[in-house]
Amino acid sequence: MNIHEYQAKEILKRYGVDVPEGRVAFTPDEAYEIAKEVARDGVCVVKAQIHAGGRGKAGGVRLARSPEEARDIAKALLGSRLVTHQTGPEGKEVKKVLVEEGCGIERELYLGLVVERSRSRVVVMASEEGGVEIEEVAARSPEKILKEYVDPAVGFMPFQARRITFGLGLGKELMGKAVRFMDGLYRAFVESDASLVEVNPLVVTNDGRLIALDAKISIDDNGLFRHKDIEYMRDLDEEDPKEIEAARNGLSYISLDGNIGCMVNGAGLAMATMDIIKLYGGEPANFLDVGGGASREQVTAAFKILLSDEKVKAVLVNIFGGIMKCDVIAEGIVEAVKEVGIGVPLVVRLEGTNVERGKAILEGSGLNIITASGMADAAQKVVKAAKGVMEL
Amino acid sequence: MSILVNKDTRVICQGITGSHGAFHTKQAVEYGTKVVGGVTPGKGGTTLDGIPVFNTVEEAVRKTGANASVIFVPAPFAADAIMEAVDAGLDLVVCITEGIPVLDMVKVKRFMEGKKTRLIGPNCPGVITPGECKIGIMPGYIHTPGKVGVVSRSGTLTYEAVHQLSSLGLGQSTCVGIGGDPVNGTTFVDVLELFEKDPDTEAVVMIGEIGGTAEEEAAEFIKREMKKPVVAFVAGMTAPKGKRMGHAGAIISGGKGTAQEKIEALEGAGIRVVKSPAEIGRTMKEILS
Repeated sequence: MNIHEYQAKEILKRYGVDVPEGRVAFTPDEAYEIAKEVARDGVCVVKAQIHAGGRGKAGGVRLARSPEEARDIAKALLGSRLVTHQTGPEGKEVKKVLVEEGCGIERELYLGLVVERSRSRVVVMASEEGGVEIEEVAARSPEKILKEYVDPAVGFMPFQARRITFGLGLGKELMGKAVRFMDGLYRAFVESDASLVEVNPLVVTNDGRLIALDAKISIDDNGLFRHKDIEYMRDLDEEDPKEIEAARNGLSYISLDGNIGCMVNGAGLAMATMDIIKLYGGEPANFLDVGGGASREQVTAAFKILLSDEKVKAVLVNIFGGIMKCDVIAEGIVEAVKEVGIGVPLVVRLEGTNVERGKAILEGSGLNIITASGMADAAQKVVKAAKGVMEL
Repeated sequence: MSILVNKDTRVICQGITGSHGAFHTKQAVEYGTKVVGGVTPGKGGTTLDGIPVFNTVEEAVRKTGANASVIFVPAPFAADAIMEAVDAGLDLVVCITEGIPVLDMVKVKRFMEGKKTRLIGPNCPGVITPGECKIGIMPGYIHTPGKVGVVSRSGTLTYEAVHQLSSLGLGQSTCVGIGGDPVNGTTFVDVLELFEKDPDTEAVVMIGEIGGTAEEEAAEFIKREMKKPVVAFVAGMTAPKGKRMGHAGAIISGGKGTAQEKIEALEGAGIRVVKSPAEIGRTMKEILS
């Protein structure tokens, strides 16, 4: 789960990490009031709050020299669509802005924490190139990234923080602050079940502070059950309504750009199904995993979600019945089709336990279902069906 | 012959009285697996279909001589269950549970350092040596005994590959689902190493997917150490960046972990990578004949 910058900063603040003074505003007038309070030497920053990076370059982060200017900027940003390299061409609507004190920047650095899969450890990464994406630094000059792997038995140790501090060229005056800062980041990471904590840039101000000027936190969905206080931070406006509806039904759904709707049991098989559609010249409209079991209710819900996408010109159901028997699944599909009503061609490929009985049920249903044998046959049939509809 | 499990493997089930645990225990027993006990804290002294249930793994191991465990415990308690099994000195622990927090697995991996237990999973279908022992949730009957090893991060896609192999008369030595989570107990390299040493495995099917670098590490290992042929498929060519594709570990983050990179690494190591998931069985048949 992703959260907004202002929420990430709220969490970090609880762990003693220094963040700019500021609050979130939903209206220009609120932005005006906050600006009056937090401006430093009359200067504040208004930052669009959307779940996407690259806001600065897209004009979503602006400097205001008076509360009036902050109000004007907020007015321009709120309700507008911000297009960054991460939002896609349609952009994202700005529904709130963060108004923060301005600060005099001396240096910009990078700090980030993730779980390194191949080592099964949390790694603290740092670089002197603040404000630049870490992937870019990693690709260009990986030797510039300092890394400390954390032993979960003891946590992130001060000596590791000092190694990063001096590695970044921060002097001894900042040592204590830097060690505390990183300790706070690590505790925020593990105690929130984060999958990413990133401060970019970390700023050294000209009055000797160390501040998280920007902050990004992603939470491990599997860890959310023990963080009700973070779960409330979920912003449904930032998520695809079809994905939300799928999650409510225990399904895993992701929208794509194509026109062939897919319903598959199992994530790996679902990805492979998308791949083989593409291989035969079609474009998948979605990823949809109904899970290993796939009850009738889930199949019905899945069809409804699939068909709510107007781009869908044909649907492919690919089920490998293991423990779940194909005849039971076939009955579920037939019932679901009757209930939902499908106006586009439906190709069904069943394999596994009781497959013959399953196929017989589909064929005897009187519904217009195209049955297929094997993934290749299924993919070819659905690609053809999707093209047929498009020619009409 | 086989790897990891065989007809002598003695299995206990942690979470045996839960609905999944009870169902799959029955399936495993029907398949011929030696399920010697179960563990549900607080239900010790009872039985399930004649199988004794114990309060702790330690007691179950002491009284049954089990050397393997399968875990169906719900995600919030699964890390504890794995560590209990490791502490009891089992050789093999297979964790089926999906949804374990990554940081719990980071602790589990640390706890396992220096201990002898091998963990398969979590979030995996399990391990099967056809005709001998089935530990997990895979449908037993699609498998046939033979000489092709299968290792995969997926569940149903593995069944698909196994089904193709069996339909073409290619049996399997052992099939291992290593699971779809970002931090897991056993990697491709671990399993490939076992298959390479197993005299009765002639060739290996490896099924990867987007996310992480496990396939790249496997490619390096195969190039350096393996003589047996490997047929690979990597799922997720069409997966968008930054989206979790069902499995917690199947995500392209920061532009890394794409199927394209993995396929290039595998092909660079001389491995036959099939573009179509429908060609896994046929390609293996071609290589073996």
